[in-house]
Amino acid sequence: MAVREIILEVKDLQTSFFTDDGIIPSVDYVDFHVKEGEILGIVGESGCGKSVTSLSIMGLVPSPPGKITNGQILFKGEDLTKFSEKEMRKVRGNEVAMIFQEPMTSLNPLFTIGNQLLEAITLHKKKWSKKQAKARAIEMLKLVGLPRAEELMKDYPHQLSGGMRQRVMIAMALVCDPKVLIADEPTTALDVTIQAQILKLMRELNERLNTAVILITHDLGVVAETCERVVVMYAGKVVEEGTVDTIFHNPQHPYTKGLIASVPDMRYKKQRLYSIPGNVPKPGTIPTGCRFAARCESVFGRCTEENPPLYETSDKHKTRCFLYDQKEVEVNDKTAATS
Amino acid sequence: MTKPLLQVEGLKKYFPIRSGVLAKKSGYVKAVDDVSFYVNEGETLGIVGESGCGKSTTGRMLMRLLEPTEGKVTFDGKELTSISSTEMRKARREIQMVFQDPYASLNPRHTVEKILMEPLIVHKIGNTKSRKKKVYDFLEIVGLSSYHAKRYPHQFSGGQRQRIGIARALMTNPKLIIADEPVSALDVSIQAQVLNLMQDLQKELKLTYIFIAHDLGVVRHISDRVGVMYLGRMAELATSESLYAEPLHPYTKALLSAVPVPDPKHQREQIILEGDIPSPSNPPTGCTFHTRCPFRMEACTSVVPKLEEVKPGHFVACHLYNEQMQH
Repeated sequence: MAVREIILEVKDLQTSFFTDDGIIPSVDYVDFHVKEGEILGIVGESGCGKSVTSLSIMGLVPSPPGKITNGQILFKGEDLTKFSEKEMRKVRGNEVAMIFQEPMTSLNPLFTIGNQLLEAITLHKKKWSKKQAKARAIEMLKLVGLPRAEELMKDYPHQLSGGMRQRVMIAMALVCDPKVLIADEPTTALDVTIQAQILKLMRELNERLNTAVILITHDLGVVAETCERVVVMYAGKVVEEGTVDTIFHNPQHPYTKGLIASVPDMRYKKQRLYSIPGNVPKPGTIPTGCRFAARCESVFGRCTEENPPLYETSDKHKTRCFLYDQKEVEVNDKTAATS
Repeated sequence: MTKPLLQVEGLKKYFPIRSGVLAKKSGYVKAVDDVSFYVNEGETLGIVGESGCGKSTTGRMLMRLLEPTEGKVTFDGKELTSISSTEMRKARREIQMVFQDPYASLNPRHTVEKILMEPLIVHKIGNTKSRKKKVYDFLEIVGLSSYHAKRYPHQFSGGQRQRIGIARALMTNPKLIIADEPVSALDVSIQAQVLNLMQDLQKELKLTYIFIAHDLGVVRHISDRVGVMYLGRMAELATSESLYAEPLHPYTKALLSAVPVPDPKHQREQIILEGDIPSPSNPPTGCTFHTRCPFRMEACTSVVPKLEEVKPGHFVACHLYNEQMQH
């Protein structure tokens, strides 16, 4: 297989919200990248900044009060944060597309499916004839597995079920052949049997069209089943990054470990679930040092004083935890040897 | 021998659909259609199903927050469906409910103390002093502190609010708690905390739970027995070990195989169901699942399958397990 190039790279991204209580960085120096045709998962609990990250990439952070205060978002080597709104419009939907959690609120209830699909096409492909655009719209509806595509063009969103609406959203996002598709909790509002259909569709489309996908979710099961690489976020920072196998079978950060242990597994019964004590720190009350220190079982002196960097613990595996600092590893080895 | 604390027989809820100028009844949404089950003292019965399967409607009918169209609910030897609403109000002291959304189910204008005290006032339990003491006691029991009593709901996180919801349900020392999606609005790490709390409380206070949820992993974790509902009917009912190890109903099989497992190495055959859940206002004839069932037979389109015991303690409503229907 050919070496896949990095298509989107987020570097030192900081997105802050300017509120009455001061400047609150919701995403704080986040780094990650997506390669061509790859499915990258971003997991984290509510308030970890995963959605704000995706909105920042799309240039959709509500401003005011939000603003990108630092960093770069490199798409094919060009910095999207420097783009004007007009330039951004050409990228959005055309090169980088997005689907949202609730398909009912992202479709306009007053227009037919066909109308909304055609709008997306004519905005970006100005030279296309009406006929060409319509053919493309119908082709896309068929591609996402919707039956009777021609008739569906005349239907309104309320006439479709939740799963069908999400398929329409995917069709709309892919209509201009984007290089990157950002899916923010695409199956959270759907029932499990429908979720299985949509995830299968997304995997198939990723293979067929070679579109890179950034899948944002809180559901570890969805990540395990769909993604190649995973970024785990906590309180606005990336705490661990690795391939899906390493994250699930060799998690290093105490938060990732705790998160995986606290999911009830359907395959067997655990006597008692592991639970991470405490709550996610409220934005604006982020403590100094490691953000997870207050809830961490392996906390030690350094954690509450310094901010841990992202340590590269092995090839393709990074962890933001002092336990993996070479100095600490040596000290631990010594104490283990003497005791 | 444990005796059933709650017995439900032939429970139905039909919502009329009214249309036209005179709002004539033009049909019914059969939200719950002939559901029967029992719950033993001290056990947890899980009820799972996708949206619109009637699981929440069933839960509400048990407390008569919705009047059943037909059917009998017997609690602790007393028939709840035939008593007056005044008597029902008294009976609710023994049956309490925990709701899904801890943001919507707590009055934002009341302090936690007032919220927790209200059930005691309604049921005329104790005096002001003993009530206050009980509020403080239960705050400690659910993992909060007595200083939280003077705060308002918005000052708490989602997990803490759900703890308040649980404390409120426990104030009247009920025997049965009906929990309708109590953890689905919470993050995984908080969800684990609340599930552990519910299990501890069950042991400590000898509670019986009916746990309604859509998350199959959560239901397996907490339940002794599990009922699977589809379009207003009970498709399968068994002990959780039996149901998860050897599901019999084609719907249960598909449902279990559709749940994403947090293990990338996990191999399994996924049964992906075609299509969507049909509308309960116009449910398919015969077995309601026959439109999506990969094992459909002729009888399925016309005859409603009954929930029958095919193995000890394992009930299923499917013609595949009924020998007469096979021929």
